[in-house]
Amino acid sequence: MARVVLDHVTKRYGDVVAVNDLSLEIRDREFLVLLGPSGCGKSTALRMIAGLEDLSGGQIAIGDRVVNDVEPKDRDIAMVFQSYALYPHMTVARNIEFPLRSRKVPENERGPLVEEAARALGLSDLLDRKPAQLSGGQRQRVALARAIVRKPSVFLMDEPLSNLDAKLRVQTRAELIELQRRLDATVVYVTHDQVEAMTMGHRIAIMSDGVLQQVGPPQDVYERPANLFVARFIGAPPMNTITGAISSEGGAHYLVTAGGAIALPSEISGAARNATGLEVVLGVRPEHVRILPHESETQFALEATVAVIESLGHERHVVCRLADEQMVIVRQTVETQRPVEGTAVRLSADPVGLHLFDAATGLRLDAPDPQSVGDGE
Amino acid sequence: MATEFIESVSKPAVPIIDLVVSEEDRVAIAKRHRRRRASIAIRYVFLTFLAAIILFPIYITIVNSLLTPLQIAARPPFFFPTKPTWGAYSDAWNAGHMSLYLMNSVIVTVLIVTGQIVTATCAAYAFAFLEFPLKRTLFIIFLATLMVPFEVTVITNLTTVVNLGWYNSYAGLAAPFMATGFGAFLLRQAFLGVPRDLRDAAALDGYGHWRFMVRVAVPLARPAMAALAVFSFLGAWNQYLWPLIVTKDSRYRTLQIGLRQLRATSLDQVNVTFAGVVIAALPLIILLVIFQKQLVRGLTAGAVKG
Ligand SMILES: Nc1ncnc2c1ncn2[C@@H]1O[C@H](COP(=O)(O)OP(=O)(O)O)[C@@H](O)[C@H]1O
Ligand SMILES: [Mg+2]
Repeated sequence: MARVVLDHVTKRYGDVVAVNDLSLEIRDREFLVLLGPSGCGKSTALRMIAGLEDLSGGQIAIGDRVVNDVEPKDRDIAMVFQSYALYPHMTVARNIEFPLRSRKVPENERGPLVEEAARALGLSDLLDRKPAQLSGGQRQRVALARAIVRKPSVFLMDEPLSNLDAKLRVQTRAELIELQRRLDATVVYVTHDQVEAMTMGHRIAIMSDGVLQQVGPPQDVYERPANLFVARFIGAPPMNTITGAISSEGGAHYLVTAGGAIALPSEISGAARNATGLEVVLGVRPEHVRILPHESETQFALEATVAVIESLGHERHVVCRLADEQMVIVRQTVETQRPVEGTAVRLSADPVGLHLFDAATGLRLDAPDPQSVGDGE
Repeated sequence: MATEFIESVSKPAVPIIDLVVSEEDRVAIAKRHRRRRASIAIRYVFLTFLAAIILFPIYITIVNSLLTPLQIAARPPFFFPTKPTWGAYSDAWNAGHMSLYLMNSVIVTVLIVTGQIVTATCAAYAFAFLEFPLKRTLFIIFLATLMVPFEVTVITNLTTVVNLGWYNSYAGLAAPFMATGFGAFLLRQAFLGVPRDLRDAAALDGYGHWRFMVRVAVPLARPAMAALAVFSFLGAWNQYLWPLIVTKDSRYRTLQIGLRQLRATSLDQVNVTFAGVVIAALPLIILLVIFQKQLVRGLTAGAVKG
């Protein structure tokens, strides 16, 4: 059993609160991704799990043991650093062997373990090289091999792919997923790249300014972002947001924006009812917006002009400008009829793809889904 | 079409660029090359001249050690030993006690160099990798000692050494120089260049500060270590004032003092003095030849890092 439990963990550096009251459970054999923009406290959280930083408050448990006062080396963890942290004066073999030497693994057992780890990462032919003689991808593998060689129960990885070029990153991503499955280990993976988070994690924990925003499986987080920060951070191109106020008339709800009033579909009227009179933000992902001819009649539609069309080959992004200058991005398949730039259109949305947020607090406005809010307990 | 494309792609990149160079460019490039070669030649002539100025006294010293006192006094002087005599060397070595002085110098120098490297490594490691109260203040005090000339502390050091009962001993000769602010400063800079992630990785792998220092930090700081070794060797080997005042009999006198005595006792045998000088300088020269690269790297390391 190697779950990791963070219980109201806080870390302060002087006046800076790097991690603020973080409670999170990483399950046994789970691949959990800690996601957030640069400076949000991800590395600090990871380093506290590793024991490289003391806690200012709270408690961390690994397995069934509170580790606040346990030395890093006794926590049964391995860490992969963004810089790889390879010892430049040692060969690949010695680098991989290094964790075994300090643990008094007998000399005759070390060789086979090193070879096994090297083989798992395709490094068998490079064992005699120094790190300086390796490519970025190879160095990264050495760092991984050094982490797996002593078979810890928890792996901590701090942006291990961010120094690789884009192509290698995609490939290594898949290999890391396989590796985790093969090792049957718990992984806490830190990244600022939401694509990595979406593709790799069993669950994603999103942080902002040291505060945990939401935890959940990638699809849940994508479909039901708990607040505006998560909504905007996950997904590319980002979710469209339109600011307005809710008004209700005769049982129907409207979003009143500077550009006019939009009738809200019944699917979100539950949320809208509670928010009547409030300043709100309506969110809709680009793939849920449809472009209709200007003359068409629909329940829920916004007047807009096609500003720019970006073709990506397999899809296109149509940037539309609303009457009040707000921009809405529409994601279309190439099979869809291509709109003409500069023409007036109406934008409609898939009602299930609409999200409503309180503009003041940023919180999602509907009955919170117990699965995707809090720490998933 | 297709084959053309493949051909142009499969050609190596450099020749393609080369083809683009026009005839005028070619001429200009050739001119530049010629001009560069000329400027290199001038530089070499200048450096050779400088080297000659520096090497000439050394050469004369060696020549004089091989001449007889009469030949040395002769005018015009001899610039080449026509009949070299090696007697001056055995005189200096045996009668002049240069063998004893050499041994004393080697012992004292080894003590000082070893002491400096060990203390500088530990102090520098603490300043680079550990957190402790008054770290900054302490470091500034270390730096401040660099500004104090040795002569200022001679009397205090002498009193201390005498009180410790180390007067006229190897301990007395070496102890005051076994720790220096300069060494701590030089190695601290080198240790600061060791990435923090390495320390963290080693801590996770179960290496405490001591083993991390020995296995990782020190090997990575080797160029700076070598530079410190060379500097402290030069300093220790060439000491004069301190060995003179802290010893009272020739049992503990070092080479530089011995040379002085050699000159005083063999006034009529100048060639013996010259032979003594060569003996005293030989270890230095051998060491400089071996550690040339480290010395230069040590001197320039600070310059490059800023
Ligand atoms: N050793 C430190 N001393 C002072 N502030 C720090 C230290 N480490 C991190 N911080 C601050 O804590 C915040 C979170 O940093 P970090 O965990 O590295 O963020 P992330 O990994 O998400 O980019 C930042 O504001 C950073 O400046
Ligand atoms: Mg970070």
